[in-house]
Amino acid sequence: MTTVDGRHKLDREAERLAYKPPEVRHDKQGDMDSNERIDKAMWNFLKNFNTQTASYLDGCLHCGMCADACHFHVRTDDPQYTPIWKIELFKRTYKRNVGPFAFFYRLLGLKRKVTIEDLEEWQHLIYDSCTVCGRCSLVCPMGIDIAGLVSMARHGMFKAGLIPHELHEVAKRAAETGSPLGITPDKFEDRVDWMADEHDVEIPMDVDKADVLAVMSSIEIQKYPQSIAATAKILNAAGESWTFRTDGFEATNFGLLSGNPEWQKTASMKLIDAAVKIGAKTLVLPECGHAYMALRWMGANMYGKPLPFKVLHISEYLADALNTGKITVKKVDKSVTYHDPCQVSRRGGATQAARDVIRHLGVDFREMEYGGDYNWCCGGGGGVVTITRADPLRHRVFKLKMDQVESTEADELLSSCANCRQSFDDCQEHFGWDYTMGSLMEMVAENLEEGQS
Amino acid sequence: MDLLEFARGPALQWAAYILVAGSIWRIVGILLLKEKSDFSEPRKRAGLGSALKVVYTRSFTAPPFAKATMYPKMMAYVQHVGLFAVVFLFVPHIMFFKGFLGFEWPGLPNSVIYVFGVAAVVASLALLIRRVTSPVLRLISNFDDYFSGFVAILPIATGLLIPVRLGIRYEDLLAIHILSVVLFMIWLPFGKLGHVFLVFITRGTTGIAFERRGAKT
Repeated sequence: MTTVDGRHKLDREAERLAYKPPEVRHDKQGDMDSNERIDKAMWNFLKNFNTQTASYLDGCLHCGMCADACHFHVRTDDPQYTPIWKIELFKRTYKRNVGPFAFFYRLLGLKRKVTIEDLEEWQHLIYDSCTVCGRCSLVCPMGIDIAGLVSMARHGMFKAGLIPHELHEVAKRAAETGSPLGITPDKFEDRVDWMADEHDVEIPMDVDKADVLAVMSSIEIQKYPQSIAATAKILNAAGESWTFRTDGFEATNFGLLSGNPEWQKTASMKLIDAAVKIGAKTLVLPECGHAYMALRWMGANMYGKPLPFKVLHISEYLADALNTGKITVKKVDKSVTYHDPCQVSRRGGATQAARDVIRHLGVDFREMEYGGDYNWCCGGGGGVVTITRADPLRHRVFKLKMDQVESTEADELLSSCANCRQSFDDCQEHFGWDYTMGSLMEMVAENLEEGQS
Repeated sequence: MDLLEFARGPALQWAAYILVAGSIWRIVGILLLKEKSDFSEPRKRAGLGSALKVVYTRSFTAPPFAKATMYPKMMAYVQHVGLFAVVFLFVPHIMFFKGFLGFEWPGLPNSVIYVFGVAAVVASLALLIRRVTSPVLRLISNFDDYFSGFVAILPIATGLLIPVRLGIRYEDLLAIHILSVVLFMIWLPFGKLGHVFLVFITRGTTGIAFERRGAKT
């Protein structure tokens, strides 16, 4: 016996037998009128244009190859998820308003003006179905960085008040309290004290002068607090002069993810100011992908000049500490596979660091097919994991990742991103999956040679 | 002035002016946009070499995408190689270029050029069929995609017809062929055919930006 598809509700008000159409959410923030939203969306997209981005929008061949690289398209076969289509409205506006032949486009009416309905529809494409993972950027025969364009489109969407409510709320909370999960300096200090007791490890806090400033992500502080102890064990073992700071501890940057450059700058400047204040030579970022992109590659531009300290992802720090003998680890008798966080590896350039760490651990390393720079994203990056309405799509996309992991038949799955870890945990629960994602850093901390831990 | 004289004379001359002026306008319009300084500490030195590297490497598909993109890639290669051979290795064309460049280079036999020409037309049609049958391409395609395909294929098709004649005078066929080239030259700076020069900017700037990070290019 067949059953009715339960996703669509029976419309009891209808005169004839009918099912309600699926609900489509078009979230809006603020009370701007439609024209103001359109102007803000487009102006805030266009205002940061440079040669590179203009050539991207002018140079697309419409070959459609990017569709074959996008997990959202590959898993759904839905053409709307073709990466370059996600910025179609913005491409159209560029050509109509500021491109070299904008005058002709307008005169001949070749490019239709974007409407508020268009922007509402595109909210799903710009936020729910793009993790800014950049895999599409690697297939483009013109070399167009489509992920970068989506980030710019988010600037426009944010200013127009057209982003998913969940992401807006989380980003707003981060801007108001300093943490997307509302972790205050006092709460951070409490968690640090708890971990210091629990793991019997010394954790310096608010030291006036230190060579290394370590920071954490709220996801770790809240969900994986053992990361705090692991960080401390490693930095202590390396003999670093280091500290956590209550005036600069939050590494995540929801200003970046939501598309608000002002909030992005505020979050980055907290860390930069704290590092400058203590005279740090190095700022060590935690296992968080977008935090790396935000501070390593965008932080100095927020600061307006080169940073007076180095910025390292924890995997880079570990690789360096192990390669130079600052710390040593016991061999681990397990087979391991590794999930590359997109913003650290593919887009951040630190792909090799994790592999150096894994080599020192002496595990049976099983690289995923087309792992490393070509890795499939977990589906939760770019803030997508916070958008509840995107869960069904995200879960569907995750199947690619499951297949990629399972084919290695490794004992353990590791990564170096708490956001990926959160996304994996959620999907593990959803699918009842066997694999639990572990932390590369925690594996190092657990296997420090005697006398170091 | 008959049709051939018009095609060879003012039409070709004005098309050349439009080609050069339009291309310069489009390139300069892009290059003159403000550039912000990147203050992040580079992982690697990146410059012209990085740009040229990606201009070359993006001519090939990375292994993970090879299977999915095999068909359009192969067809695009045949189309581009065919076009290149027909334009630059056909002896009458070389003589035409010698007229204003002052030097010449060896060409290929006419029969070989004919094969290249037919292959280019077939590949272009194959790409057009893909564009109208693929749901992705149908969604993202616009007037420029179809018109540029038409404008690119027309000079080859009209050139291939010259030896066939089809009962039309040679002079008229040659005039039609030249006028199709004129259309190609006039449209090139404005539509997607501009990728002839834009490809160096898009690939090059990506090469520099990503190499700087040490990221995959």
